[in-house]
Amino acid sequence: MNFFNTIAVGFKEVWAHKFRSMLTMLGIILGVASLVAMSALVKGMENGMKETMVAMGGADKVLIEAQAVPAYQEHRADESTGRTLFDVEALRLNAPMLKLVSPEMEIRGPILTRGEKMVNPSECVGVWPEVLEMNLHTLRHGRFFTAMDEESASSVCVIGTGIRDDLFGSPEKVGYEIVPIGELIEVNGQPFTIVGMLEHYEGEQEKKERELAKKVADETKSGPTRMKGWGRRGGWAFWRKNYTLFMPLNTAWLRFRASTGTNNVPDPRLSDIDVKVADFESLESSIQQARNVLMMTHKGLEDFNFRTQENQLDSINLQIKNARLSGGIIAGISLLVGGIGIMNIMLASINERIREIGLCKALGATGLAIFTQILVESVVIAVLGAALGLVASNGLVELLVLVAPSQNAPVITPEAMGIAVAFSIGVGILAGFLPAIKAAKLNPIQALRYE
Amino acid sequence: MALVEVRNISKIYHLGGEEIRALDDVSLDIGSGEFISIIGPSGSGKSTLMHILGCLDTPTKGTITLDGTMIQDASQRQLAGIRNKKIGFVFQFFNLLPKLNVLQNVELPMIYGGQSSRERKERAMEALKMVELENRSKHRPSQLSGGQQQRVAIARSLVNDPRIILADEPTGNLDSHTGENILKLFRNLSEEGRTIILVTHDPEIAAVTPRKIEIRDGKVATKLDAKLAGLDRSISNGMGGH
Repeated sequence: MNFFNTIAVGFKEVWAHKFRSMLTMLGIILGVASLVAMSALVKGMENGMKETMVAMGGADKVLIEAQAVPAYQEHRADESTGRTLFDVEALRLNAPMLKLVSPEMEIRGPILTRGEKMVNPSECVGVWPEVLEMNLHTLRHGRFFTAMDEESASSVCVIGTGIRDDLFGSPEKVGYEIVPIGELIEVNGQPFTIVGMLEHYEGEQEKKERELAKKVADETKSGPTRMKGWGRRGGWAFWRKNYTLFMPLNTAWLRFRASTGTNNVPDPRLSDIDVKVADFESLESSIQQARNVLMMTHKGLEDFNFRTQENQLDSINLQIKNARLSGGIIAGISLLVGGIGIMNIMLASINERIREIGLCKALGATGLAIFTQILVESVVIAVLGAALGLVASNGLVELLVLVAPSQNAPVITPEAMGIAVAFSIGVGILAGFLPAIKAAKLNPIQALRYE
Repeated sequence: MALVEVRNISKIYHLGGEEIRALDDVSLDIGSGEFISIIGPSGSGKSTLMHILGCLDTPTKGTITLDGTMIQDASQRQLAGIRNKKIGFVFQFFNLLPKLNVLQNVELPMIYGGQSSRERKERAMEALKMVELENRSKHRPSQLSGGQQQRVAIARSLVNDPRIILADEPTGNLDSHTGENILKLFRNLSEEGRTIILVTHDPEIAAVTPRKIEIRDGKVATKLDAKLAGLDRSISNGMGGH
């Protein structure tokens, strides 16, 4: 008896008991669907987290934070100068393992106004052009700051699209994209000329939603516009990037730090020094090199600290692993239950076919042929169930998105589908094994006499 | 050499510590082309003998040679092969698979024999022609009468061209007229030179065969019971045309 024949007979047997087979398959269908849907959700979560991670500057970004001087240096606390451009220059010259050093001087409590419109930016900082590469920004319109701007502390700024949306109008509302290059806005009452605008940043999910909204006709709304739902849609990281205002570092220093400071020198302390290491593999030694340089410039005073994104990456990976494990266990259990269902039905099936099996043996079927036949039937049920389960998983994912929308769109991966199918085939073989052995061992004489 | 040589076979069952001798030192020869009946009351051991002759079972003691092959020591797998190639079974309850049509039922032994599907179809149609049912090949067994079903079963037993056809009460589930037709069919097959063994308790059937073996209490009876063997004139007269 050749193999294709066996499979064909297996399908026939399943087809002959459509309803019963369908019920049996249900366990596998649900198991496969939940396995695929679960891994799609986790994959969506993973994508969202990684996206956020990249939006925040990637894994190789290291922050040099201010830190209270340690207790053993407490008596020298008043010598602490904070992080200044002096540190930045020192790092650039003496720490070759860093490929990028980007200083930031933040203006606190910024308010941007244009006419009667106003907006609070997420970040209003004086920077060097290095910031673009550091925070993975892309300049879409106009230009960034020149050495001339820096030198003369010109009142120029580069804004994110969020600020444009609030002060000039968003493309969604106006109907076309406004590029406010050359326009004047006020930063805490001081006029600034916009010379450049950054790209609009958004996650995959937001992009999809925006494109969808374009297709759907505008419903006419009455009354004041309201925020829909709780909180901002879309990732926090993307919102933060879109509401950024950059100005030359010297401009921030001279125009916004003049009121604080000593000896007629505006406060030179930076709010942030971000560095990027040249080689991620040697992160530890790169940080050590930077630490050595800063220990020199800070006269041995440890009033700074390094914060890497590695910790965050670890915690993302851990979260994903946990989600995958718990979801996988649940889906695995439901597949196993499906397998028990198959075994049950196969045992019932061979019991009602005892005479048939006895006859086949009398006609010359070997134990192996009977064994294969029963096993193939079981696997056919499992495979059909898996195929239907894959179809069902699409529906399940849609349903999950509908019931519990999240910013992380679930992504069905071929790997998950492959694993689910392989697992259900395994379950089918396992479930068919015992009934198949039982059938193969039947004594033909007794089986033929069986009523 | 005889087609089947049975030498001193015994079959012993153990039932709760008690020894039951279903067959006790049975020896017999069956030649090629013989048409014989094995008769005996129920419980006599004739079914056990049939199972051993049909390679469904092996004897506890003794040897049995079928077409030159010793089968008392054969493995289950070898026995399956011998059943497939050398023996055709006809049962009292026909034992056709209701899910398959007539042609597929007849093809069944060849599926286990591993023949190609074209060869299977050709030979199954040939076998159906022998029992004059070639125009019913697409019917289901449930659409046929009892006699037709039994003829399908006979076609199935013939399809692998076996050395022996073993029929276990082949007319037991049929009315007497249909039963006669089936017996006629066996007689025709016998005249074509096939070896046919009928197992029955019915004297009317035993009367058809030239040779009769009676099993009594697990042994071959030396003197036939005239009534059981169908030697009683009054019964055999009923079997017209013989």
